[in-house]
Amino acid sequence: MSDRNAHYVAPVDETQPGDVDQVKLAKRKSNMWIDAWRDLRKRPLFYVALVLSFSVLILALFPEWFTNADPSYGDLSRSNGAATEGHPLGFTKLGYDVWARIVYGAKTSLTVGLLVVAITAAIGIPMGAIAGYYGGRVDSILSRIGDVFFSIPYFLAAVVVMSVMSDWRNPLTISFAIGGFAWASLARIVRAEVLRNKNLEYVMASEAVGRSRGSTLLRHVLPNSMGPVIVALTLSLGGAITAEATLSLLGIGLNGYFSWGNEIAQAQQTLRTNPSALFWPSLALTLTVLAFTFLGELIRDALDPKARARR
Amino acid sequence: MTRYVLRRLLQAIPVFFGTTFLIYFMVFSMPGDPVLALFGDRTPSDAVLQAVREQYNLDQPFFVQYLLYLQGFFTGDMGVTFSGQSVNEVFVRAFPVTLKLVTIAVVTEFLLSVGFGLLSGLRKGKFADHASLVFALVLNSVPPFVALFVAQYFVGIKWGLAPVTVGANATWGALLLPGVTIALTIYVVGMRLMRGSVIEAREGDYVRTAYAKGLTSKRVVPVHVARNSLIPVITNSAASFGALIAGTTVTEGIFNIPGIGKVLYDAILRGENSTVVSFVTILTVMYIVVNILVDLLYAVLDPRIRYV
Amino acid sequence: MTETTPVTDTNGAAPVVGEDQPLISVHDLEVGFQTQNGIVNAVRGVSFDIYPGETVAIVGESGSGKSTTATALMKLLPGNGDITGGKVLVEGTDIVDHDEKQMAAIRGGVIGYVPQDPMSNLNPVWSVGFQVREAIRANGVATGKKEIEARAVEVLQQAGLADAERRMSQFPHQFSGGMRQRVLIGIGLGADPKLLIADEPTSALDVTVQKVILDHIESLTHEKGTAVLLITHDLGLAAERASKVIVMHQGRIVESGPSRDLLTNPQHPYTQRLIAAAPSLASRRIESSSAVAEAGVGADKFDVAQMAEQRAEKVDQDAAPIISVKNLTKEFQIRKGGFKSETFRAVDEISFDIPKGTTLALVGESGSGKSTAAKMILGLEVPTAGDIVVGGTNMTNVSRKDLFNLRARMQPVFQDPYSSLDPQRSIGATIAEPMKVHKVGDKAARRARVLELLDQVSLPEELAGRYPNELSGGQRQRVAIARPGAQAGRGRARRGGLRARRARPGADPPAPGGPAGRARAELPVHHARPRGGARHRRQRRGDGAGQDRRVRHHGRDLRVREAAVHAASARRDPGRRDRVGRLTLS
Repeated sequence: MSDRNAHYVAPVDETQPGDVDQVKLAKRKSNMWIDAWRDLRKRPLFYVALVLSFSVLILALFPEWFTNADPSYGDLSRSNGAATEGHPLGFTKLGYDVWARIVYGAKTSLTVGLLVVAITAAIGIPMGAIAGYYGGRVDSILSRIGDVFFSIPYFLAAVVVMSVMSDWRNPLTISFAIGGFAWASLARIVRAEVLRNKNLEYVMASEAVGRSRGSTLLRHVLPNSMGPVIVALTLSLGGAITAEATLSLLGIGLNGYFSWGNEIAQAQQTLRTNPSALFWPSLALTLTVLAFTFLGELIRDALDPKARARR
Repeated sequence: MTRYVLRRLLQAIPVFFGTTFLIYFMVFSMPGDPVLALFGDRTPSDAVLQAVREQYNLDQPFFVQYLLYLQGFFTGDMGVTFSGQSVNEVFVRAFPVTLKLVTIAVVTEFLLSVGFGLLSGLRKGKFADHASLVFALVLNSVPPFVALFVAQYFVGIKWGLAPVTVGANATWGALLLPGVTIALTIYVVGMRLMRGSVIEAREGDYVRTAYAKGLTSKRVVPVHVARNSLIPVITNSAASFGALIAGTTVTEGIFNIPGIGKVLYDAILRGENSTVVSFVTILTVMYIVVNILVDLLYAVLDPRIRYV
Repeated sequence: MTETTPVTDTNGAAPVVGEDQPLISVHDLEVGFQTQNGIVNAVRGVSFDIYPGETVAIVGESGSGKSTTATALMKLLPGNGDITGGKVLVEGTDIVDHDEKQMAAIRGGVIGYVPQDPMSNLNPVWSVGFQVREAIRANGVATGKKEIEARAVEVLQQAGLADAERRMSQFPHQFSGGMRQRVLIGIGLGADPKLLIADEPTSALDVTVQKVILDHIESLTHEKGTAVLLITHDLGLAAERASKVIVMHQGRIVESGPSRDLLTNPQHPYTQRLIAAAPSLASRRIESSSAVAEAGVGADKFDVAQMAEQRAEKVDQDAAPIISVKNLTKEFQIRKGGFKSETFRAVDEISFDIPKGTTLALVGESGSGKSTAAKMILGLEVPTAGDIVVGGTNMTNVSRKDLFNLRARMQPVFQDPYSSLDPQRSIGATIAEPMKVHKVGDKAARRARVLELLDQVSLPEELAGRYPNELSGGQRQRVAIARPGAQAGRGRARRGGLRARRARPGADPPAPGGPAGRARAELPVHHARPRGGARHRRQRRGDGAGQDRRVRHHGRDLRVREAAVHAASARRDPGRRDRVGRLTLS
């Protein structure tokens, strides 16, 4: 670089004639889901969340594997009693076995959670997808309907529904009371995702090939919009379980079912004298919600290549 | 800006009618005598029964009922509670207490969001980032009433650092424990927003340009990174203001705070459904109003909307 | 810094070091980026000097390391990047180990910076004045509120912002792209730096604004004797603006020297390819009266006009055109807030024919309506007025069934290989989709055809089970070209086979009769090259593919062109070829 006007030429390092056609195939397949799964498998927290979620599932499916005690047998002679053989967590004020009530409560929580997710998805996905994909007047109408449902805090709406439905306080009605309003925020997510995807060229390519609009929506647009939807649904599982417990705590939740919310409501009276009756069902509830929250968060992270690269 | 404000207000009109209609519909399209359904298993005094029948104009067709109900709403006649008190009076008495509680929660939430979000964003990928995110997520997973019980038991009963319940005299100090507890369970959302926009801003072109001007990070971080990141966090906090006003039922119930939530809590527990419906409607309308204000706040904060 | 300064002018504008001492001297610079797959070296052993008052251009494709080199001079690499070796001497002092404070003294004051994208480089929440004043205050060019304000206005006026005083309190979003770039130029030159780094300062701007901005930078820096480091992907532009050109490729300098020398006598094959591809040079070749030609570059070597002549082919004038477009118009309603809306004419009464076996090129800037026109021909957008006849079928009142059948014969190849393939479907499923939709063959037959097509675009069979994001842009485009081949259509609209190649303003013919951005009037038909000749050439290329394909290997534009060659070879059936009509947008 001594001569400032020198003409420098680097040694030629040429691509060989055949190289252009050579396609280097990656060793592993890769698309959004495969990459996300590969990422999830590397994260210890994912296994923690998975084990927790599966524990709740097993508890819900086979409660009798975990306790021999009858959750509906109350014996006032053991009111607020400490743990004994076969009753590891002691007794409530009315002499019920705390552990047995928790075990049998898992089924209720999970049933309501999954039902709410199903209802939310069944209303929210079509509403958002149709509004986003067809646009125009259809979008205006569907989005205004969504706005109305979105503008009532879904917990308050559930309070009204469950208050009025005093004779039908079962998992199905409570799920509709929650899911019937929670779908609006999912619809917004779906709509935004569909809007993002629908103008991409592969959608045009699909229609240009002769696929109908509806079929293109189902085959191309929706599958590519599912990432955030799955995240939102996983997170709403935890939210729904919390909402059920809260409604039960207020006495307008489930009637005649084992529910962690009901247990906590009962134990509230003995917060000073027997806090463990409150503590254990609260812990069960918290761990369950925690598991689904982390599952959702980890999936969110795994689906986002930008977030992945940041780690 | 004026156009933006007008458009936002216009958008709110159908939402207002939609929500009130929906609530009304949920209650009064039930089979049987809606007034009896409103009272569940309990029988109110004849005077209250009569007042409720009048309030809801049950002898009219359904749609007329709804319009008359709206008329009452606009003229400030919200009917009576189960025990015969005017809803207006109860509201005016209870609302300031709720406002105090929610203010504490929102301010705390905002400070936690900004603090941890900035820490997390500036230490992106490092231990402090992961730890504070996971911690906030764990807190967020705790159902609010569980968190409140835990706070009440440990801080109130075991350590005796704060009153176990608030009671009639709801001072700022007495409301601190429930307010902060609620903030702890929700700040993850704001923190995330802050973290995300800090990261984005730090990698953003205009931040690089700011450094290229010869500025040091002492100026760039507050002026170009934090200032830009604050807009979404402020609006998020404002939005949680609305959500919290609508959601203080459990908090005020557990801590015995004489706010609107407590009125609703008691009405729910006692099965006084007419009172439940009145207050749910009021809270929903407030929620909508706060959300409008949030959008206007956004316009004020972001010059891209302020000057169009 | 001042200790080593022999000469200082009161303005600080005069060169601090002597004319024969380099202002910036880079020795064996290495820059590495920390990524998931370990450290990636973006710059590998780069050395060059910039002398006071000199304009040096670094030319290269995206990913060549040219911008990274520029930001390394100011130590403004992104968080995961670091200088891993070599020296950067600024006025004789190595800055590699400088801390933030020392760098702050150099940035702005010694080295000014004009970034690439004016849209994202101004902070949206602060007024323009605030951002200019900040730069002036930081470099101590002026002190005191009034002086700073006056200097800020002066700087903006110099940068060509007419009513600078009034616009100081406005926000970036109230400025056009060109205006913002002027603000950024003002900021970059606000403290009279000795070197201005301009990183593709006009690539985000409209063609018509580009030249004005570049001229302005040139005159300003020339006036003050500021050295300029121009980063660009356009060799022609570099040669025109800089006295010295450095060509970078894959993190290395492949060739450098005085620009005239480099342009007239390119030694390295890569430089030669860049010259062949430079947009500004290409448009000049059409004019065939360019500085380049005067400089002695063999005009015959790159004469596009001549190439077009060669292409001219015999068309059966009597045959009905495969595609005929008459007075095609498309209007959109644009909402203007509130309840008002405005009609926007995206396509304004265009007419053209595409005879069988020919290629028509529809040329225009983005927003000119060319894509909308293509969409209407494909039946993806409903025209407001006008007629489209495709293979005898009128598209305006076409039945659903006829449209479906037509779509078997008419296929687009899209512009952007990154969005034209569904990321969640395997390559095999993507190519098979047209056959599946039109129920052609059974599963096994479709699979066989997919493999055949993959082979024809020179992609391995294993790719059928893979997903788009495992492929490069060029490979994706080959897949996109194989897809319509699956149906073996008779009419084929090809869109964006060649990327938009923006001509420089001087060579940009104004759109006839109206604002730029409208496709209007009868468009000339560019005839495709004779099929036989084309095939002949392809065959010739068949075994000796080396030269041609290698040329096409590098660069985005070129890679796409490579795909186009494959497209041609994908239609080997000579019987069908004469029935193909093609529409090319660029």
